[in-house]
Amino acid sequence: MARIHTPEELEAYRQQILSRKDPNRPCISICAGAGCVASGADEVIAAFSEEIDKQGLSAKVDTKGTGCPGFCERGPVVVIYPEQTCYLQVTAADVPEIVEQTIKNKKVVERLLFKDPETGGRFAREPDIPFYKNQKRTLLCSNIKIDSKRIDDYLAIGGYSALRRALFEMTAEQVVEEVKKSNLRGRGGAGFPAGRKWEGSRNAEEPIKYVIVNADEGDPGAFMDRALLEGNPHSILEGLIIGGYAVGAAEGYIYVRQEYPLAVKNISLAIGQAEEYGLLGDDILGSGFSFKVIVHQGAGAFVCGESTALMTALEGRVGEPRPKYIRSNIKGLWERPSVLNNVETWANVPLIVNRGADWFTEVGTEGSKGTKIFSLVGKINNTGLVEVPMGMTLKEIIYDIGGGIPGGKKFKAVQTGGPSGGCIPEEQLDLQVGFDELTQAGSMMGSGGMIVMDEDTCMVDVARYFIHFLTDESCGKCVPCREGLRQMDRILTNITRGRGKEGDIETLQELSDTAIEASLCALGKSAPNPFLSTLRYFRDEYEAHIKEHRCPALSCKELIAFYIDPEKCSACGICRKKCPVDAIDGAKKKIHIIDQEKCTRCGTCFEVCPPKFRAVTKISGEPVPAPIDEEKRMVTKKTKKAPVQ
Amino acid sequence: MEPERIDQIIEKYGKNPSYLIQVLLEIQSEHNWLPGEAMKQVAEQLSVPLTRVQHIATFYKAFSVVPKGRHKVHICMGTACHVRGAARVLDAVQDVTGIKPGETDLDLKFSLETVNCLGCCALGPVMEVDGKAHGKMTPGQTADVLKTYE
Repeated sequence: MARIHTPEELEAYRQQILSRKDPNRPCISICAGAGCVASGADEVIAAFSEEIDKQGLSAKVDTKGTGCPGFCERGPVVVIYPEQTCYLQVTAADVPEIVEQTIKNKKVVERLLFKDPETGGRFAREPDIPFYKNQKRTLLCSNIKIDSKRIDDYLAIGGYSALRRALFEMTAEQVVEEVKKSNLRGRGGAGFPAGRKWEGSRNAEEPIKYVIVNADEGDPGAFMDRALLEGNPHSILEGLIIGGYAVGAAEGYIYVRQEYPLAVKNISLAIGQAEEYGLLGDDILGSGFSFKVIVHQGAGAFVCGESTALMTALEGRVGEPRPKYIRSNIKGLWERPSVLNNVETWANVPLIVNRGADWFTEVGTEGSKGTKIFSLVGKINNTGLVEVPMGMTLKEIIYDIGGGIPGGKKFKAVQTGGPSGGCIPEEQLDLQVGFDELTQAGSMMGSGGMIVMDEDTCMVDVARYFIHFLTDESCGKCVPCREGLRQMDRILTNITRGRGKEGDIETLQELSDTAIEASLCALGKSAPNPFLSTLRYFRDEYEAHIKEHRCPALSCKELIAFYIDPEKCSACGICRKKCPVDAIDGAKKKIHIIDQEKCTRCGTCFEVCPPKFRAVTKISGEPVPAPIDEEKRMVTKKTKKAPVQ
Repeated sequence: MEPERIDQIIEKYGKNPSYLIQVLLEIQSEHNWLPGEAMKQVAEQLSVPLTRVQHIATFYKAFSVVPKGRHKVHICMGTACHVRGAARVLDAVQDVTGIKPGETDLDLKFSLETVNCLGCCALGPVMEVDGKAHGKMTPGQTADVLKTYE
């Protein structure tokens, strides 16, 4: 491919790509995102290529591995164009049938379609599946359409036209103004208006400036940014180049976790391709604007997601945050003005430049505009990535898109905002998602993790889990965070083990206040949130643990016991055979009894007891009933009462 | 690791000290751990104090200053896996391998680590061995999976 020198050449080349494309030509798109690959997508892709070859169809059908379309729960996901037929949980063994039926005979393979669990109805087209239908996918919609390793695919869907527009139809100030007008707020967590950040850097005196992509997505249970980087890397690159032009930077950095090898590979490939095409490098499209991009791999430190720590890491040092007396958009990387935005923020930029701020602000709430991608995980039927308009209620996300809670369990809380976020209880499910709305409820937007918890989840244990995570990840610079969190972790662990005492809650509150007041960076300042928000809504659970040594969710190992109800036990022997520590006594026709001394509370017996018996129960806060007398242990078939004569 | 190879890596990054972390990452990925000699060489070549190299090598999770096993076992302890029972999977793996997170067995066969999210939450609990994810793990299945590694 030769370098493109002018905007006209870019459009001519785009037309050339489009003219080669026949919209009616069948295309098999298979998700090659990390989730689907873990479920065997690679084998499915290989099987399709082989089958298409074998059938002599390679001249008539395209096959591509694409980015993540979000429906990870039902992966590997296959979408066949132009009909948009969507097959779920496809295995290599299904491939010959799909090729025979759908590609050759234009029929659908019924059993691979999405089946509505309530009505039993099947949906053939991707956009009709409730999981997708209720979303508003402006960023994620491209993922399944393009092969993320091919720049031509991105150009075919209008890629780099926003860059052309910014460079040739707008001044840098106009670009900043447009982003400001759109009220695009940072998708990484803090929600700071991107336009204002950009303006500050643009107006700073220092001539050398930088733009940076924060792709150090470290929140457990969140993978939105990875899906974008893996699935549509050029959209982020295009946003970054536009940002560089707007701010007046000649260099951009992409800080991406080394734990995301596919993302590192795809973004590096994208940079190489953009350079080759003249969309990156010296004198982009003949505009006189030059820009280069460097990929920096993070070496595994959660705190590096914090802006100043990330910049210190980019300088080749230990990633510790520094005080922000002067904001990093004025003095950041190497003490120079640096605009740092999250992956999703950058991905929104080309859309805003192309379609205008007014288009962007059509969607959303008063303070939060546009869409937001959430990773919907935990105790939810449809795990995956969902993109919704700001202002949608939590209830709509969890029930209409997520399909509710599995196993008929009762919803308890949803945790948003990552480790430093908070839990929102059932009575607030009508809350609209937005930066300010979630903060008011005691949680936060964060980068978009949304973890659903049901009645079996212990809220004290959830707080302990996050505080423990943050204790591990504290960089150690500030004492209230380093030492305070450690003490909070210790106290919370004690509470979940039944060793809590009066006054623990007050001590935890005091430690929280100090950490919030006296830590330097957002990690420490927000670290007590998981405790504070669970205390706010679930204080009764804390008190039950401390005062009654009882775990209401029957989840804390040290506070529960497993007990076999002699009335229900049919002596089937499954639990006895499966028990890893031989703690269950029993025999054929002899009611089983758990030896509480030997039991490690692994819960295996509870899981394997057949649902028709449900003999194994959990007990907390009360003594385990004494084992029944030996002579009563023989199972006697309950005979029907003789009919009254 | 050959000192010449380390030199090559340093050269690739133009002997620029701001690429210190990238240089160490490359050595780590090729050699599986960072021997003291290698760290010394990097410090000298990039003209940074050895203490800074050691600070970085011990601060970031990607680095190891002790030898690692042939197979890297990662147990995801992310929130989604946690609420689906990752702790029990970890217990089982500890029993099978006889090592705790952060440790390597004496035969240098397995190194066990916990990680905070592998990003395949739909498959939780997840155990990853040498980059291959094994999803929807139960404590009982872990031994079967680990048996397949030599």
